[in-house]
Amino acid sequence: MTSTTLTPAGRSARKRRPARTGHPLTRGSAIGLGVATMWFSLLVLIPLAAVAATAAGSGWDSFSRALSNDATASAIRLTVLMALAVTAVNVVMGTLIAWVLVRDRFPGQRVIEVVIDVPFALPTIVAGLVLLSLYGPTSPLGVDVAGTRLSVFLAFLFVTTPFVVRSVQPVLAELDRDAEEAAASLGASRFTVFRRIILPSLIPAIAAGATLSFARAVGEYGSLVLLSGNLPMRTEVASVRILSSIENDNPDNAAAVAVILLAISLVVIVVVDVLQRRMVRRG
Amino acid sequence: MSIEVVEIGKRFGDFVALDDVSVSIPTGQLTALLGPSGGGKSTLLRIIAGLESADSGRVEIEGVDATRLPPQKRNVGFVFQHYAAFKHLSVRRNVAFGLEIRKRPKAEIRAKVDELLALVHLEQFADRLPSQLSGGQRQRMALARALAVEPTVLLLDEPFGALDAKVRKELRDWLRRLHDEVHVTTVFVTHDQEEALEVSDKIVVINEGRVEQIGTPDELYDKPANDFVMRFLGPVTQVGDHLVRPHDVQIDLDPAAPADATGVVSRISRIGFEIRVDVTVSDAEVVTVTITRNDLLALGLETGTRVGLRIAPVGTATLLDSKASYA
Repeated sequence: MTSTTLTPAGRSARKRRPARTGHPLTRGSAIGLGVATMWFSLLVLIPLAAVAATAAGSGWDSFSRALSNDATASAIRLTVLMALAVTAVNVVMGTLIAWVLVRDRFPGQRVIEVVIDVPFALPTIVAGLVLLSLYGPTSPLGVDVAGTRLSVFLAFLFVTTPFVVRSVQPVLAELDRDAEEAAASLGASRFTVFRRIILPSLIPAIAAGATLSFARAVGEYGSLVLLSGNLPMRTEVASVRILSSIENDNPDNAAAVAVILLAISLVVIVVVDVLQRRMVRRG
Repeated sequence: MSIEVVEIGKRFGDFVALDDVSVSIPTGQLTALLGPSGGGKSTLLRIIAGLESADSGRVEIEGVDATRLPPQKRNVGFVFQHYAAFKHLSVRRNVAFGLEIRKRPKAEIRAKVDELLALVHLEQFADRLPSQLSGGQRQRMALARALAVEPTVLLLDEPFGALDAKVRKELRDWLRRLHDEVHVTTVFVTHDQEEALEVSDKIVVINEGRVEQIGTPDELYDKPANDFVMRFLGPVTQVGDHLVRPHDVQIDLDPAAPADATGVVSRISRIGFEIRVDVTVSDAEVVTVTITRNDLLALGLETGTRVGLRIAPVGTATLLDSKASYA
């Protein structure tokens, strides 16, 4: 039969990576690599390093000072908890919406396809304005959440809705329907087919969408700033806290909060990735 | 009878996929549904499995009316052309799937899966992912997975269609041997007449949503019910108004002997062990005859030789439909 060597399942991805050949770069690829590295450095690495350097410049003190400030700690806690909650909701609702859009046919489907992207396309401050007029003190629905923590949740939810939908949709559309039929003929109920056959294929996409949605929520500013009222200890989020630190001429504190957010995001991304891998392997 | 299909009809929009099809499939045999692509054979198989619902008619499996049963309750094993592997599960877990669903004890599942993997010669691949297998191996895995739940019938939809010619032939022989071992009632769909003739006990020829003929490979080859079956099951040539197999035409050098047609040899070509002789009878009519190399030497045929053609008395011929239908 085939002569491929036996490799444990989890390692296959690593095996497939091409080995370093040691050939010198051609002129074209050298220029390409140079441009890519410079671009990435200018836009990502240098700014990140600068923030980290600013925060570290004043030593661990700035971190402990930032965190010992109740308002700052509260803002970070609110941001992270709300971002986690919103991500959890998106994982369920986003998958559901993607399912409906891919597997069902109904009138108005194409309209919804387009409307899903509106939170992407809308400038966030416009989103904030929309939310304020809809759920603010002058709400035509009679729902006033202005100045409450619910407003933060709502604003996060609004801007992060498309992420899971858009990452799951193409994967779901490409899924092998035969495998589902095979599972059904082997006796699996519709729920079992979903849990054992469909979900494992979707999990990487769901995880990717969840990561994006969390990252977006942690840094969100424009959409909630109008509705939440930015009340310290109550509805103030981390990004607002950073701005007010800068305005109060305290860049060290701003950098410290930024680095803490960065670290939390990094941890969440890694945890989601590890969880996802484990779940896929377990099937 | 293991599977009883009674007057099944199925339409997709305006397209009639199956038109009042009735078939009885005997227990323990290997039956082929043979026909051209788009003829309805796969649809029929999917209706038997419950993956597609019929517009009219009835399906019975082992005496139980299964027409309204969902696929989960029919206890059929289904093998797909493109393997339908559970990509995220190892070969072992793929095969175990049906048993895990049924919540069988772990030890029992293990023993059963080991036994099946041995049966399909995949023991040493048990811990691989399907993506690490070749096409032929994947299809054997799919077969083991279907057999694991001990189905009353095993249904295979173009099981070797995605494989290359050599693997296909190997797997075909292997399926026949496997069937002789396991004896589960098996129905497989194919558009390859050679595959059907070689492997199956019984062939159902389906074309344009209708059953053209049901019979053993010999019956179909030797006594085709109509032109379609005659043409579909093997090469044909036309002598006068008869359709004949090219190897059932005899060549006679004696111009005085009685003949069904006479003509001039226009081309002699060799295809492997057989020789193909084209005889031009008239401008519009060229008869193709296949003979062995020894026959050719014995007759001393060359292009330009005038010959008489006779339909062998033991050969198979169908009378062509009225000329009108060909006009």
